Amino acid sequence: MLDLLEKKMHEFPEFKVSFSITGTWLEQAEKWDPSLIAQIKRMVERGQVELLSETYYHSLAYFFDLDEFNAQVDQHSAKIKKLFNVKPKVFRNTELAYNNSLAKWAEKKGYQGILAEGWDKILGWRSPNHVYRPVDCSKIKLLLKNYRLSDDIAFRFSNRDWKEHPLTVKKYQRWINDDCLRGNLINLFMDFETFGEHQWADTGIFKFFDQFVTSWMKEYDNKFVTASEACQLESPVDEISMPNTITWADTERDLSAWLSNSMQNSALETLFSFKDLVFKTKDQKLISDWRLLTTSDHPYSMCTKYWRDGDVHAYFSAYASPYESFMYFMNILRDLEYRLSVSSL
Amino acid sequence: MKILMLGWELPPHNSGGLGVACYNMARALSKEGVKINFVLPYNAKHPKIDFMKIHAATNLDPLFRFGGGAYVSSNVTDHLIPNPSSEQLTSIREIQNEYCEFTKNLVAKDMPDVVHAHDWLTYEAGVAIKEKYGVPLVAHVHATEFDRSGGSAGNPLIHAIEYEGLRAADKIIAVSELTKHIIHEKYGIPLSKIDVVYNSLDEDYRNDEYAFEEEYYQYAKSKKSAGYTIISTVGRFTIQKGLSFLMFAAKKAIAKNPKLLFIFAGDGEERDKLINLSAELGISENVIFTGFIRGTRLRDIYTLSDIFIMSSISEPFGLTALEAAYHGDALILTKESGVSEIISSAFKYHFWDENKLSSQILALSSSPTLLKTLQKNAKQEFEQISWEQIAKECLEIYHLAKG
Repeated sequence: MLDLLEKKMHEFPEFKVSFSITGTWLEQAEKWDPSLIAQIKRMVERGQVELLSETYYHSLAYFFDLDEFNAQVDQHSAKIKKLFNVKPKVFRNTELAYNNSLAKWAEKKGYQGILAEGWDKILGWRSPNHVYRPVDCSKIKLLLKNYRLSDDIAFRFSNRDWKEHPLTVKKYQRWINDDCLRGNLINLFMDFETFGEHQWADTGIFKFFDQFVTSWMKEYDNKFVTASEACQLESPVDEISMPNTITWADTERDLSAWLSNSMQNSALETLFSFKDLVFKTKDQKLISDWRLLTTSDHPYSMCTKYWRDGDVHAYFSAYASPYESFMYFMNILRDLEYRLSVSSL
Repeated sequence: MKILMLGWELPPHNSGGLGVACYNMARALSKEGVKINFVLPYNAKHPKIDFMKIHAATNLDPLFRFGGGAYVSSNVTDHLIPNPSSEQLTSIREIQNEYCEFTKNLVAKDMPDVVHAHDWLTYEAGVAIKEKYGVPLVAHVHATEFDRSGGSAGNPLIHAIEYEGLRAADKIIAVSELTKHIIHEKYGIPLSKIDVVYNSLDEDYRNDEYAFEEEYYQYAKSKKSAGYTIISTVGRFTIQKGLSFLMFAAKKAIAKNPKLLFIFAGDGEERDKLINLSAELGISENVIFTGFIRGTRLRDIYTLSDIFIMSSISEPFGLTALEAAYHGDALILTKESGVSEIISSAFKYHFWDENKLSSQILALSSSPTLLKTLQKNAKQEFEQISWEQIAKECLEIYHLAKG
């Protein structure tokens, strides 16, 4: 996918995207395939890729410990600065988890914009295709995911039961043009693994993307913009309030995929109860191991809703069942407890 | 629809799951409007059964249905399905012949639409009726000789009868995917002829009034209040049940958490070996052997336990796991058990994987959250499988057998 993006960037200097990359991934890339870092850096330097800000460990720390959340965001920014020599201007939280207080935090932190799900229940009759202002904020802009057009690619592209299958470039472009009647900014947010993992290569996803970029750029006045450019496109048309946390997951669009059952709650409570002890040791290895455990995938694989049906929860779990996932996580915590007891001797 | 059902036992004279399954299935079928003649190899009263007609093929006492003297020295109720020695089999053969003759006479007077035969003991009668009267045969497989012999060769005569019955049957009902594949692989029966119909919990479990009796199992209860986790396993102590692997896993788990109490409920040829093994491993303090128990005492064990383990090397279904889940136990099941196909809220392991089993025991005993979640979810899950649904699946298979 990176190769395809880079190719399109050479073909069309106006083609732009934004990446949200965790520190954990960057560490792994540095270790196993540094050419990936170099490739992203080339695209950043061409001005065609903007890097967003997020937590270093893809965590839900915001909902447990604000200090830790700040520390992970700063750690991420430092890593981006070090590798790519840029400072992220727009923030997106793990799993697009968002609420009013997070927006206020982001404004205080000096971000130009923040990303969230364009969920109908919040928007009502309003369109996600505009720039909004989070309630009680004065400067920061809010960009909302156009989940229908995003999910047409991310979830439905290869689904043969979908009445629109197969999705052609022409059809998709017509939908976008239709949707532009309610605002000209179409926010397509999706996982990187949409291309090649959720939608395998044999579904034609790469060809679709390749042709779509070409076809879109051909039409007069069409553009691709990065997240911070999108924030500059217009003044906020309205205020948006999301007092409850909204994410981009499942039909509930809440945190229930990560934090609804007692195993998930107990795992994360235990994890955060170790925090002070871990940090007191000043042992960098121990601290980084503890932080790796804050990654949201751990509680995600303990989710018991839907998993019987073999859906995405089961598909993206490394474990045979949510119960095994919990078992291994708790074993790791016990090991951490043991290491703590040894290091305090 | 009129069905002739051929079985070998019914409650209250049952020795295990076969009778319970036949009883519940027949009752659910009668609710669907099916008329049933049920043939038994012995003569006994069944005061609770008014939904079908029961016919006694012989005048034998229920105790002698597996052959004369088979149970003089051993515990009668201890044998789900006989694993007969050659001289006992001779007399089982005599009973089977009589059973066969009786059934043929019955059919001559009262012709059924389909014959539904349960396990090898009745297959010959089913085949005879099919040959003589052309009545379609449905063979129900609760266990094969391969399961009963625990991986060894098994009895060649039983294999021959089993094979002949399965070959002649118009449709075969297997109690799990696992059994379906054994039938396919070992007997070469095409998969298209075999349908899987799972079992459910004995309806009487839900209907009977049951309360945990306080005066029993005081020792185990005192351990429980002292913070011990109670882990039980129930069944015949035969090689098929994989209990030595469980014992080795228990040793590993107890080494890390001494507050574990294992209850081995049941009896069988492996008992002495297991008692010896627990002593050799130095864990006899943590292991209790109850001897054979049934009814309320068995339900007390389920109630008392936190965790139930099914350690079988080969288990066509495994009704005890559902019984345990009904009484609120968390389940650990081998992947070689049929019941593991329908319960996803359970820990699963391969029967030989002692390390995995011990880590699962430790995880459950050290995390009340995990224990409660598994207990709650397993119960919710199996409540969804009903005898009504099973009866409907059987009816569909009868129609297919009729062609």
